[in-house]
Amino acid sequence: MKASRTTGLLLALTALMIATVLASIRFGAIDFPLHQMWSSTRAVLAGRTPDTLDGRIFTELRLPRAILCVFVGASLGVGGTLMQALFRNPIVEPGLVGTSSGAAFGASLYFVLGTVLHVEQAAWTLPAAACAGGILSTWMVFALAESGGDRRASIVMLLLTGLAVNALFLSGIGFLSYIARDPQARSIVFWNLGTLSGATWRSVAIVGAVTTLGTLASLVYAKQLNALMIGEEEATYLGVNVRRLKWIVLAINVAIVAVATAFTGVISFVGLIVPHILRMLRGADNRFLIIASAIFGGTLLSLADLIARVALRPAELPIGIVTSVVGVPVFLSLLRRRQYVF
Amino acid sequence: MVQAQNIGFKVGDRYLVSGVNATFAPGQLHLIIGANGAGKSTLVKLLSRLLTPADGRVLYDEQDVARATERDLARRRAVLSQAIEVAFPLSVREVVMMGRYPHFGTRPTVHDVEIVNEVMRFFEVTGMAERSYPTLSGGEKQRVNFARVLAQVWRPVAGHHRVLFLDEPLTFLDIRHQIDFMKKVRETVRAGDMVVIGVVHDLNLAARFADRLLLLSEGRVLAEGTSADVLTPMNIRAAFGIEPIVTTAPGGGTHLIFD
Repeated sequence: MKASRTTGLLLALTALMIATVLASIRFGAIDFPLHQMWSSTRAVLAGRTPDTLDGRIFTELRLPRAILCVFVGASLGVGGTLMQALFRNPIVEPGLVGTSSGAAFGASLYFVLGTVLHVEQAAWTLPAAACAGGILSTWMVFALAESGGDRRASIVMLLLTGLAVNALFLSGIGFLSYIARDPQARSIVFWNLGTLSGATWRSVAIVGAVTTLGTLASLVYAKQLNALMIGEEEATYLGVNVRRLKWIVLAINVAIVAVATAFTGVISFVGLIVPHILRMLRGADNRFLIIASAIFGGTLLSLADLIARVALRPAELPIGIVTSVVGVPVFLSLLRRRQYVF
Repeated sequence: MVQAQNIGFKVGDRYLVSGVNATFAPGQLHLIIGANGAGKSTLVKLLSRLLTPADGRVLYDEQDVARATERDLARRRAVLSQAIEVAFPLSVREVVMMGRYPHFGTRPTVHDVEIVNEVMRFFEVTGMAERSYPTLSGGEKQRVNFARVLAQVWRPVAGHHRVLFLDEPLTFLDIRHQIDFMKKVRETVRAGDMVVIGVVHDLNLAARFADRLLLLSEGRVLAEGTSADVLTPMNIRAAFGIEPIVTTAPGGGTHLIFD
């Protein structure tokens, strides 16, 4: 009975995602009529390049952007769920604890130095640079926030340290953008506020593969993460190797978030809101939350991207502004709840 | 049977527990008593393998517990600690089901669901099965956690004694719930194949419910035996630095009064 309710909810969330993605493909600077969406999609599937300009906009800009958006949203949603379970705190999020800004720094460092030093450009080099940055910044935040005796970083320390480390890496990005000559460096705005306008089929493939693998891998650890929610000692008594679990889950989280950030810049608050809303719907069981936050994260970011593209048509808002406008009130209301303050 | 063979544990240069030899037999309630900082909780953590002793070793059924795998150990050893707080809306049923986590893979079997239902009936928490754990009162949370811990070792394990640790389980309970809880513990001990080791602060509760007492002082065993053997004025004075009046409870056991 309970299992079927969960399945029903997952199906409903999937339907919502498909509807949002279709809307996001249809509307934008140019609206595509349904018949044109269909014929262009068929052309892509057949491996042909559409001959009209509209057709090419659709297959080379609109479609990869919409799909990248789903994967990036999924990675941020799953990343938020993993971090919150790992640190037993519902206000932790990849953007707040430095992962995203570190990843963005790693990626921009690669863009600037890679060209200067003539580093070979392979499919894995950019994601690897972003991961290295993400690991560095996340490690810095948690190492600095863990105060002496109490092994669990207090949330106040975590947020303040996150603030400081974020500022450090964002100013690093600012410096890199400032010294960079034009073509190799993206703009500061790109990294700080996030945008999906650079989407290509190549980025879709890389982010899609990493996000899918990361989500499947996290599902293996969902039960152990549940046990961790009642405490590290309790999880140990239930047979969980807590040290090992922490390292694995942190690695998965940094990988999926850093790779997504490498192609889109910092997009905050998605990882915070998504698990929060899902918990209100169906409780905190990670076996449900991980799958659902992948689906719902994709949905929410697609919606945000749609708003970013149509709000000031034909101009475009950075997506990070849209997610912040929605995310900040949710974050503040979470902070005000006594039960969440440790 | 659980045995401590000359175990010691130190932080820096200071020994929190040293030279402890003790045997805990199944079918009896063993309670560890002692002043704050006497090493009670550390001893429980060493016996339950949360901590690894610096000296000596801990044996379960004559086998060194250090060699057991995490999962095997979790299937026959459960630990109830003090107040457990969760920041997330987990249902009471899911918290109790966690006790079965070491026993199943991805999904609970019919057998696991059955055990969870039985345990919830035993602790009278069936009515709150679908409630969210963070909304419960302190006493309710403790009952739910005891249900979870017992679900973990609810059925006998072939070839092994089950081991249950209770680390200061009464801390947040009022007097009625303390007595209820200790009665439940005594019922559990009667299963016969389970070693039950607890830590309590209230010496009179300890005297009333324990079959064997272990009195710790400064990390060492000061006395061991029945409550009449252990709760003597001399021992109490040495361990707690306070003078007791030892009398007899209406039921017949030892009762202490402090001036």
